[in-house]
Amino acid sequence: MRIKLTAEPGSARNNKTGSWRVERRPQFLQKNCSACRMCILVCPEGIVSGKEKNSFKTDYLYCKGCGLCAAVCPKKDIEMVPEETESKK
Amino acid sequence: MKDFIEGSEAVARAVCLCKPGVISAYPITPQTHIVEGLAQMVADGRLKCQFVNVESEHSAASVVLGAVAAGERVFTASSSQGLILMSEVIFNIAGMRMPVVLACVNRSLSAPINIWNDLQDSMALRDSGWVQLYAENNQEALDLTIQAYRLAEDSRALVPVMVCLDGYVLSHGLEVVDIPEEDKVAQFLPPFNPAEKLDTANPKSFGLLAGPDYYLEIRHDLHQAVKDTLKLIPEITADFKRIFGRDSGGLVESYRLEDAEMAIVSAGSVCGTIKDTVDNLRAEGKKVGLLRIITYRPFPEELILQALAKVPMVAILDKAISLGATGPIYADLKAAFQGKPGKKISGYIAGLGGRDITPDTIKEIFQQLAGPEVSNQFIGLKSSF
Repeated sequence: MRIKLTAEPGSARNNKTGSWRVERRPQFLQKNCSACRMCILVCPEGIVSGKEKNSFKTDYLYCKGCGLCAAVCPKKDIEMVPEETESKK
Repeated sequence: MKDFIEGSEAVARAVCLCKPGVISAYPITPQTHIVEGLAQMVADGRLKCQFVNVESEHSAASVVLGAVAAGERVFTASSSQGLILMSEVIFNIAGMRMPVVLACVNRSLSAPINIWNDLQDSMALRDSGWVQLYAENNQEALDLTIQAYRLAEDSRALVPVMVCLDGYVLSHGLEVVDIPEEDKVAQFLPPFNPAEKLDTANPKSFGLLAGPDYYLEIRHDLHQAVKDTLKLIPEITADFKRIFGRDSGGLVESYRLEDAEMAIVSAGSVCGTIKDTVDNLRAEGKKVGLLRIITYRPFPEELILQALAKVPMVAILDKAISLGATGPIYADLKAAFQGKPGKKISGYIAGLGGRDITPDTIKEIFQQLAGPEVSNQFIGLKSSF
């Protein structure tokens, strides 16, 4: 075979999919968070991290801005904001 | 050891001798006896192998794809609707360069539903990147199955191989078959040791996406690999002869083509009937012959051009049709001879859905070949019911 048809694992890390985001990104307000971890569970990229209340954040290098975390948050503590919005953190 | 067995059992015994690690298949007429036989061998402990029961042919093909990727020798078999249901995976197996061996017991396609023999099922998958071999008799079905593993697993090839045998005519017909000894098969077929395999200790991704920047080259690679088996097959059949002492398989077989004025080109068990008819017509002084295609994919164009170079009239007997066009072998042959004038090449369709092809059918084709050139003339078509 002239062309290799397999790849080493972990290559998703090499693709910084944050550039796919259009218009909005999630803002983790870190005010009313109850640490239910639903945002970690629903994130299709597996890039939400955090442990204690009001400590949760996402990795904008990979976040595609799908908005699932904001939609699922029972405390409305994650907001989808326009990309131009200055980060509070 | 010689035994009086049907083609299905010949294939099952060949597979058993090649010692696959995983077999998965779904029953379908007329293929069922092959995997029924293998299931019995596994149940009796004669074949140490994982036999995976599945709910469909699509799953059967997927199981063997996964198992071969994990480094196991595998086998599956199907017919007709089952093969067509597998087709999505069939293309993936070739694209991933997985050396799967599949026995296709040829049967017509629905609708109307019909369980009898023609070549429409495997012909529909001729563009899938598989090597396709067509057996004339039960002995060849056994021999081609053993050769198929050797070819598929050769590191220069790494392409899947489909061994095609005619439903009922071979699968359920009994013939004396010479079954090779286990140690000779071991001598002919080295253990399967792929360079890359699925391994939890050393994870890798298989079956990846390739965008427009890569796909064209990868398809060209596969095309080249399938074409290159034209060089490997004669090498493998020569080695087969050295170990087992018989000529079997190969690319094409010329039968009484020297000085022939008319020849039929065909594939599969119908070639036995054509050979008998050729012998009878030769006895009457008619200069006729046969070119039997054993390897249909890759298409052995050069050998066919050589074999038929001096034959002025050529008939192709297709037991399949690209509906709205011509028979598949006719189309390939006509393309091979393009730009080479002075030859009559006529295409005939016969035997669809198990309609008997008798010596009279063959004689009729030779008679029609003397008439006007045709491209897709049906033989034996009834005008009223």
